[in-house]
Amino acid sequence: MGLEQIFFLILAVLSVGAGLSVILQKSPLYSAFSLIGLFACLAALYVSLQAQFLGAIQIIVYAGAIMVLFIFVIMLLNIRKEESALDKYKYLYILAVPFAITLAAEIIYALRFVQEPTFKTEKPMIGDSQSIGYGLYTTYLMPFELTSILILLAIVGSVVLARREKD
Amino acid sequence: MDIYLLIEWSVKIGVVFFILMTALAYIVLLERRLLGFIQMRLGPNRVGPFGMLQPLADGIKFFFKEEVIPLEADRTLYMLAPVVALVPALATVSVIPFGDAIEIMGRKIPLCITQVDISLLVVFALTSMGVYGIVLAGWSSNNKYSLMGGLRSSAQMISYELTLSLSIIGVVLFSGSLDLVQIVKEQMNPWAWSAGWIPKWNIFTQPIGFLLFLISAIAETNRVPFDLPEAETELVAGFHTEYSSMKFAIFFIAEYANMVTASSMATLLFLGGWHGPFVKEVPLLGPIYFTLKVLFFLVLYIWLRGTLPRFRYDQLMKFGWKFMIPVALANVVLVAGIALFLY
Repeated sequence: MGLEQIFFLILAVLSVGAGLSVILQKSPLYSAFSLIGLFACLAALYVSLQAQFLGAIQIIVYAGAIMVLFIFVIMLLNIRKEESALDKYKYLYILAVPFAITLAAEIIYALRFVQEPTFKTEKPMIGDSQSIGYGLYTTYLMPFELTSILILLAIVGSVVLARREKD
Repeated sequence: MDIYLLIEWSVKIGVVFFILMTALAYIVLLERRLLGFIQMRLGPNRVGPFGMLQPLADGIKFFFKEEVIPLEADRTLYMLAPVVALVPALATVSVIPFGDAIEIMGRKIPLCITQVDISLLVVFALTSMGVYGIVLAGWSSNNKYSLMGGLRSSAQMISYELTLSLSIIGVVLFSGSLDLVQIVKEQMNPWAWSAGWIPKWNIFTQPIGFLLFLISAIAETNRVPFDLPEAETELVAGFHTEYSSMKFAIFFIAEYANMVTASSMATLLFLGGWHGPFVKEVPLLGPIYFTLKVLFFLVLYIWLRGTLPRFRYDQLMKFGWKFMIPVALANVVLVAGIALFLY
């Protein structure tokens, strides 16, 4: 077993553990911090796949910016313990079963029947800043521009909502 | 793997860590002495010549202080918070280059611990994680002053991180790279009209970006006049009110490590990093120039602390969102226009 595989195994165990911790923790703050841990593990996995740019962006955007907002809100509302939403909506328990079965079936299908993709180049440079920039401004220009309009709409929408509450 | 490479890395990590930790201790002393002089008093000068052994005495004192953990504190997070604050602060140093590659015994040794081609982003990613230490400390202490400090810090970080990222877009645009080494090398060429004397440092090409970077970097490191998270007149000591002994010292070290990182980044991005006279002939001068420039920014930090009063919280937010971000956005448009049409 090579060094990279050991590295991968450690990260895989850590990220699955962090992911479980996100949904199992009672305190919302612990969940949020588990999620940050999960993002850090994912970033490390990206780096191990030669996609340093994606790894850094993962940390900057998700762990560094979005999660700060989450935690800000949790701290602002000073929620110590989460009220179980499941007790309020009992039918969710029943809904969980088909979802779990579907997900398990998908995973089994993916593991057994989907062939591993083969890389054309020896060193897949899909995650460095140059190839991402090139892709965004050529092949994926249209989705990229549409996404930015969507984000702009969201920004304007949030400003409008914040204003209305003030009046 | 090459055994010499392993030795090289270990030596570099050891040396950089040792120098950094010593430097951090002496920056604290420098700050106390300089503040003393600004306020017309002497500052600590009793322990050793010129007070040079003061950091040692402080360190020993911190180790022997009684450690108090609040009864109602969330113990796990309370213990974790100083670690979360310190680790990213020290880890950033691993990608900061402090000199050009030098040759020792036929081996070309780059003067930074690791070379990543997106080192600029790595620094930003790691510094953005530092806020969690403060937030965790504020939350887990179970103290209203701590909580207020943590809240303020997260709001402040979100606001000023935007300006910080926007202010460096110009630098990245002109050097066309996210690699700090490459960014420094781009600044080494002299201006054509200056007969090879005045270098093309980014501070000359992008003065607005430099000022924006400097201001938001001070805000990011929670220093005066942006030290709202620990505003002692209103919040006792803010997020670290409940921390004592070595845990308090760790927050202290993390803050100074962040100052060093911010100063190094300002040096690398805008002041030409290790570039200076005769550095091409004698590469060993590089680290010296680099240290001097970083020291300049550190003294600036201390000078500001001795001079400026603290912002009020609403002023801080207004300044961040209504002045800094619009100016930074305008600067991005301006720089992009220049890069497109004139460069």
